[in-house]
Amino acid sequence: MSLTKTERAIIVSMWGKISTQADAIGTETLERLFLSHPQTKTYFPHFDLHAGSAQLRAHGSKVVAAVGDAVKSIDNIAGALARLSELHAYILRVDPVNFKLLSHCLLVTVAARFPADFTAEAHAAWDKFLSIVSSVLTEKYR
Amino acid sequence: MVHFTAEEKAIITSLWGKVNVEEAGGEALGRLLVVYPWTQRFFDNFGNLSSASAIMGNPKVKAHGKKVLTSLGEAIKNMDDLKGTFAHLSELHCDRLHVDPENFKLLGNELVIVLAKYFGKEFTPQVQAAWQKMVAGVSIALAHKYH
Repeated sequence: MSLTKTERAIIVSMWGKISTQADAIGTETLERLFLSHPQTKTYFPHFDLHAGSAQLRAHGSKVVAAVGDAVKSIDNIAGALARLSELHAYILRVDPVNFKLLSHCLLVTVAARFPADFTAEAHAAWDKFLSIVSSVLTEKYR
Repeated sequence: MVHFTAEEKAIITSLWGKVNVEEAGGEALGRLLVVYPWTQRFFDNFGNLSSASAIMGNPKVKAHGKKVLTSLGEAIKNMDDLKGTFAHLSELHCDRLHVDPENFKLLGNELVIVLAKYFGKEFTPQVQAAWQKMVAGVSIALAHKYH
């Protein structure tokens, strides 16, 4: 799966909007994930996951920042996320199914915040992009 | 079997009351066909599905989307017995339509995204969680009679 020129342009443009609310979007994405898919909390026994927790906010920021890194190196996502890919494979070992859940919650957050921009085309491009990011992060699992 | 609390039922019913079933149905089905193009395999006779705008504007897509969501509306009145409500449709989707149940999950998530788009801030994480349970319950019910 690779991104067309049009898709890349859409993704970069949408990132422009997302980046203006990056931290809030990251936090909201995780809140949605933990509420809709409570099993994902099993990866964070060491966190205070209450709404507004500092750890939740910090982690949300981290996640969205990584997405931003992928956007900025959209021609070489594997390169940009190499370190994170190893982290997930050898240390975190998050089951691959969870990347889909997180991606979905990010899309829900973006749709809620930028309804006019979240056209069917933008939706498709971002779904594909997050799918590629997820593949990169699980690439070294076995 | 998915079990809904009184609060979840209230959240779902309340939001549903504000949904334009025709519009939302067309959006959700359209987005399914755009975002996951392989789902077009079930709709060979729908005419022009050659681009995102063709799909989103396609009258057959809108009509079918409305049909699907109207059915969901019926289910919302019977949240304690989704399997019973969808028994006949489940058989239909297996025996005649030959639809992989994975597609029910995909469409369910597309509907959640469309609701987020329409309702914005009102579609809080709590509201989403109730709706994720709803679409999961519907997917399970629609797959229940598969053999």
